[in-house]
Amino acid sequence: MSDTTSNPTPVLEARGLVKRYGHVTALDGADFALYPSEILAIIGDNGAGKSTLIKALSGAITPDEGEILLDGQSVRFRGPLDARRHGIETVYQDLAVAPALDIAENIFLGREIRLAGPLGFAFRMLDKRRMRREASDHMRDLNIGIRSMRQAVETLSGGQRQGVAVARAAAFARHVVIMDEPTAALGVKESHMVLGLIRQVRDRGLPVILISHNMPQVFDVADRVHIQRLGKRVAVVEPRNFKMSDAVAIMTGAMAGEAISRG
Amino acid sequence: MGDASIVAERSAGPATAEGRTPVSLAALLANLGPLLALLLAMAFFASRSDRFLTGANLSLVIQQSMVVGVLAIGQTLIILTAGIDLSCGAIMALGGVVMARLAVINGVHPILAIALGVLTGAAFGALNGVLVTNIQLPPFIVTLGTLNIAFAITHIYSQNQTITNVPAALTFFGNTFRVGSTAITYGTVLMFVLFGLTWFVLRYTAFGRHVYAVGNNPEAVRLAGININLLLLLVYTAAGLLYGIASLLSVARTGVGDPNAGQTDNLASITAVVLGGTSLFGGRGKVLGTLVGVLIVGVFRNGLQLIGVESVYQVLVTGILVILAVTVDQFARRRQQ
Ligand SMILES: Nc1ncnc2c1ncn2[C@@H]1O[C@H](COP(=O)(O)OP(=O)(O)OP(=O)(O)O)[C@@H](O)[C@H]1O
Ligand SMILES: [Mg+2]
Repeated sequence: MSDTTSNPTPVLEARGLVKRYGHVTALDGADFALYPSEILAIIGDNGAGKSTLIKALSGAITPDEGEILLDGQSVRFRGPLDARRHGIETVYQDLAVAPALDIAENIFLGREIRLAGPLGFAFRMLDKRRMRREASDHMRDLNIGIRSMRQAVETLSGGQRQGVAVARAAAFARHVVIMDEPTAALGVKESHMVLGLIRQVRDRGLPVILISHNMPQVFDVADRVHIQRLGKRVAVVEPRNFKMSDAVAIMTGAMAGEAISRG
Repeated sequence: MGDASIVAERSAGPATAEGRTPVSLAALLANLGPLLALLLAMAFFASRSDRFLTGANLSLVIQQSMVVGVLAIGQTLIILTAGIDLSCGAIMALGGVVMARLAVINGVHPILAIALGVLTGAAFGALNGVLVTNIQLPPFIVTLGTLNIAFAITHIYSQNQTITNVPAALTFFGNTFRVGSTAITYGTVLMFVLFGLTWFVLRYTAFGRHVYAVGNNPEAVRLAGININLLLLLVYTAAGLLYGIASLLSVARTGVGDPNAGQTDNLASITAVVLGGTSLFGGRGKVLGTLVGVLIVGVFRNGLQLIGVESVYQVLVTGILVILAVTVDQFARRRQQ
């Protein structure tokens, strides 16, 4: 997880991304690299282009210039669904769940499983039992202690809801899980739980991109930290041998970005 | 990674035997309230009139409810997506006039006339859907517009004439069969079948679950890669198809193609949906609740008539019930947030 030097090919890479909104240049030649089985945090001031960067990486926007590579192959995502077909799952900040639907239905939303045989074929009948069983397996894999998959998501606590969104991403991601501010709305205890989930996803072999403004959390959980400033990557640091205060100084421009460790 | 094995805290309260968490009183009321109200109303009228609980009378209650019942199925689908349809009654009247005129005046084969009338409903539903999705107008405004358009077309096309002497095929669903001593109208059977079918689709198909999800959180549905515009277009078209079928039931029940049919049925169907516990905010509700809502209105109309209360009191009672139902819905929603 921390020893990424042995694997030179990034799972997901971006080179020279540019995205302009009228006069605003949200991304100004941004580079990015994510290596296997790591948690890569993206930090940066407001307006640094963090969200724009992950939107480009998750297919939600198309960059004006630059290249995105998945396992070393150049790709162009035509939309979020296209990125998802390539095995990139995103946990959005507002979670994107349907509160009145139950846990299993939310995990399988848009990817429902139909019954085998004539009932599924002719009557399009769903295999609810199988969806519940598999949802339960995914939740158990992440040690999320919820007993019934028939519980409506709105009856869950904030942390548990986040757990459902993470379980959905982990269940379908084959390459990358992206999380935009997953702990922003949570209390201390629930944040702790979600950070635990993020580590578990990483330990199962999926690299995770984490956007967060919470520096102690970032330095606690991330293997590497991508520092974004004015639409560019200005540094990549390893929390194990880098001071938090220096990272913040780079982020705010008080200190020049040191030589970027890769790329 | 031992430290990563963090178990989520349990949500409030112990689980019941089926593994479900107990629900709040408000949520329980929203779920069982409609049925309870129906049973209470029936018990009340049964205690006040010997005739109320007879098979013949109950069959009549259902028969009087069948047109609004089928309209309310379509209305339920649309309200579940957080929409509303004011045009359903006008579309139904148009469908009825189309099938009656084609069969009676143009001599079109009755079955073909029926099909064209029903398709007129579906086409108008599709028009609502296109306006709501492609031009992104609020459903309330769109259907207020199509209500007037359908109404005008109906009157221009029919030249304000009620079409009588319709062929037997158009009144088939007004015929009855006997179960014991009770006469049951074919149309009511069709209504129950349509309720059952819609119940199945909403509960057991991906399409049905997406209808709930889109009323719940459209952004989540979009991000899940579901084509919301197609989904809504299908919903409005299916609703229009149901209104077309209601046209046939209306012609069958009255025996004529009436350009003035269904003028208050839009509000009647919304009332039934709300009384059935479906949330006007979308994403929550049950089509079988709507069936109960339709029957509540039917039972009050019939019961008050039987015990000799003026019909204006039915309207009063319905109004009070609607406010009650919406209040319960509000409380249930607030508790869940
Ligand atoms: N859709 C848009 N239209 C116009 N400008 C945009 C749009 N999206 C982003 N921007 C601009 O691009 C810049 C980068 O925005 P972005 O949201 O990527 O920043 P961020 O690093 O995520 O900031 P924050 O920490 O506040 O979330 C900002 O100046 C923002 O105003
Ligand atoms: Mg942002």
